[in-house]
Amino acid sequence: MSTGLNDNDLISKVLSGDQQAYAGLVARYQNYVFTLTLRMIKSREDAEEVAQDVFIKAYKYLADFRGASKFSTWLYTIVNNTCISFLRKKKLQIYSLDNEGVFEVADSRDSGFRADLVEQKSRQTMVGNAISMLNPDDAEIITLFYKNEQSLDEIAQILGLEVNTAKVRLHRARTRLKEKMETHFAHEVKDLN
Amino acid sequence: MNKEHSIEERLWEFIDGISSDEEKTVIEKLLQTDAEWKAKYSELLQINEMLSSSELEEPSMRFTKNVMEGIAKLHIAPATKSYINKKIIWGIGVFFVTMLVAILVYGFSQMDWNAGESSSFAEKLSKFDISKFFNNTWVNAFMMVNVVLGLVLLDSYFNNKRKQFRKEA
Repeated sequence: MSTGLNDNDLISKVLSGDQQAYAGLVARYQNYVFTLTLRMIKSREDAEEVAQDVFIKAYKYLADFRGASKFSTWLYTIVNNTCISFLRKKKLQIYSLDNEGVFEVADSRDSGFRADLVEQKSRQTMVGNAISMLNPDDAEIITLFYKNEQSLDEIAQILGLEVNTAKVRLHRARTRLKEKMETHFAHEVKDLN
Repeated sequence: MNKEHSIEERLWEFIDGISSDEEKTVIEKLLQTDAEWKAKYSELLQINEMLSSSELEEPSMRFTKNVMEGIAKLHIAPATKSYINKKIIWGIGVFFVTMLVAILVYGFSQMDWNAGESSSFAEKLSKFDISKFFNNTWVNAFMMVNVVLGLVLLDSYFNNKRKQFRKEA
């Protein structure tokens, strides 16, 4: 596999007819894309299907990637659009910022998570579970910022927002994540201190 | 509550490294002198570290294989800009600009600028009868040109399709 090549080299190879070079790009970004889709869609099976769909779409429209931004930024824009379409199709409600429903979903999830947490008191699990309690918009922006290493400018581009709006949304998402951790994982947070 | 939110907002910007130099200096001083700021900072810093250190999720082992099977029969679509012919866009633009200029020139040439010298420009303009320029002949000519342009565009579209089909074959 063409692991030593950078994104642009791999893209050039794919565009010149070397379809196998695309496997290098998939291998490089599959965890990032899958984490993002999972955080938004919540179901592993659906998230994997959507993540595959993202890579297939990206391949089909690869000629439209002009290198003006990073390949990852372009790819995450496809992730964002594909997840939103999927959620709309499934008629899953994307909760508004102040919707009580977020907390109802969070509470119903919480009972299941607690049993696991007795055995798995790791930070990883707690953070992952807390993020999965957030609404898709909050989970997406936190994942993009922390896991997919996108700057606020790039996040704004992916989400089609102004930079300041993205900044405010990130701040609100972190505040809500903190509240979730304090409400549902108070003991675990104390233990980590 | 608002004060707490404001502190958090400023501290997050400080942690993210997007505060201005002036703000950085102020916050650094506050962290040395104010216990509330110090406590909040260590709390947010801990969350920040947890978020940064969380691991990525992994899809199934077959993921790459599934994608490669999915794209096996696909062709990469031509770039959007390659099938938007700039010449056609320019042609349409030039046509409309020419039409506007022609109408204006004809309209102003028909005005009697010396009639009623005392009257203002607004009055002269109100006497300008636009309906006589949009009589049947004008409308017909305009529609005719549009139909011709439409046919040219259609022809160009089918030509491109034919070329694309030949290329793929």
